[in-house]
Amino acid sequence: MALYSDKVMDHFINPRNVGVIEDADAVGEVGNAKCGDIMRMYLKIDDDIITDVKFETFGCASAIASSSMATELIKGKPVSEARKLTNQAVAEALDGLPDYKMHCSVLAQEAIESALENYENKS
Amino acid sequence: MNIYADNAATTKMSKAAIDAMVDCMNNTYGNPSSLYMIGQRAKEKLEQARAEIASVINAEPREIIFTSGGSEADNQAIISAAENGRKRGKVHIISSAFEHHAVLHTLGKLEKNGFRVTLLPVHSNGIIDTGELEAAIDEETCLVTIMTVNNEIGTIQPISEIGEICRKHGVPFHTDAVQAVGHLPIDVKAQNIDMLSASAHKFHGPKGTGFLYVKRGIPLLNLIEGGAQERGKRAGTENLAGVMGMSAALRESVQSMAAVKEHVIKIRDYIIKGLSEIPHSALNGDPETRIYGNINFSFEGIEGESLLILLDRKGISASSGSACTSGALDPSHVLLAIGRVHDVAHGSLRLSLGEEITYEEADYIIKSVKEVVEYLRGFSPVWSDLIAGKKEYIL
Ligand SMILES: Cc1ncc(COP(=O)(O)O)c(C=O)c1O
Repeated sequence: MALYSDKVMDHFINPRNVGVIEDADAVGEVGNAKCGDIMRMYLKIDDDIITDVKFETFGCASAIASSSMATELIKGKPVSEARKLTNQAVAEALDGLPDYKMHCSVLAQEAIESALENYENKS
Repeated sequence: MNIYADNAATTKMSKAAIDAMVDCMNNTYGNPSSLYMIGQRAKEKLEQARAEIASVINAEPREIIFTSGGSEADNQAIISAAENGRKRGKVHIISSAFEHHAVLHTLGKLEKNGFRVTLLPVHSNGIIDTGELEAAIDEETCLVTIMTVNNEIGTIQPISEIGEICRKHGVPFHTDAVQAVGHLPIDVKAQNIDMLSASAHKFHGPKGTGFLYVKRGIPLLNLIEGGAQERGKRAGTENLAGVMGMSAALRESVQSMAAVKEHVIKIRDYIIKGLSEIPHSALNGDPETRIYGNINFSFEGIEGESLLILLDRKGISASSGSACTSGALDPSHVLLAIGRVHDVAHGSLRLSLGEEITYEEADYIIKSVKEVVEYLRGFSPVWSDLIAGKKEYIL
């Protein structure tokens, strides 16, 4: 049995939306290096639609895959919908995570929440 | 290319060990406790192996007790010394901060039962200070247990000096030599070692087989009650095939020890030199006083598990002290013990080389690690803050 599903491996090996948006409308960051996971999300928002999203992650394979999947799930979506993203949705879209890695999907949800809060505080 | 560089986790069994086990299973199925010929033949083989294993560490055959491996040997040695100490009102144990969990968790249990445990610091080089050891001994000390070679960073402890100090103070000395037996010469008499744990799967023998050496005259309690095997110190019908595999593996390891060391140490230092070119990285543990196959690096700005998985995809099997590899919250207690902060302890890589390693493989390892570290740093928020000057480099 492999440690991770094929989906997790795919998003870890070929992460989607990796990088930085220099003129982002919102930036969110969660985690700390002490715990071994940091996620930073950059959002470009037009008319309440998330037109672009990028991430940087320091962490294990499932943290990187969770970041990648979370960005895919909110890209092109209205802010109101992105607000509703749950960690379960991220984990399910990855065909599941090992129990002790579920916190990676929580971190991805929180990273997006943090970015959206940053956006709402600005506007 | 496929390179197994995790020999500190376990080793591939040698052909000699496999042959000895298969031969034993085919031809020596008797119970060594039975009095008829086939039982007695099994007993004879068991005792031959015991004598051969004993001679490798300069012990007497009756001082060797076969166990299910290193963990059991560690548990038995420590619990036994503690209980014997308690009978004489001695309830203090000295160990080090970076022992294997088989030792640390056993000590933790004893601490809950009223023992005092002193864990000596291992300093930034990963080596205990014998002056600090001697100063820690008091009239209640019933055991000193210090590993011979650390399993993560490979540093070698001053075993002979520790043995001498313990002898001088009349304190029993146990060493977890799981990473040393078959790789370094050991002489329990010359080094004043009272108890020693070893495990076959670290020297090309089978998993689930090991031994405990206990010097004659040191009382030993058994953990497993039952029959009178192992002179009543370890019940259970002996794992004869395992013991045959262990003794065949050990014989070969000891014969090739000097040649293996000479070859592997050059390649180890070559890889260390290559990996040192990665900016903001550092070798963990003393560069010289370390077992010849061990390389342990920390790379700033990345996490170890993702590093391992990407190396695995390139055919390299290695390990890491990152919390994420074990499901624990904290990174390796060994790296924390040598003063690495959490941030860089998570970004560690251990390569433990086998004797078949070549320069071509070494070049491939160096190239692959460089590529993977650079790739992961490419989208690490920690790294981007470091290069933007928003954060100070640790390494
Ligand atoms: C230093 C040390 N002690 C003890 C052990 C445990 O040995 P075993 O796996 O045989 O129980 C190991 C191996 O994992 C080790 O490296």
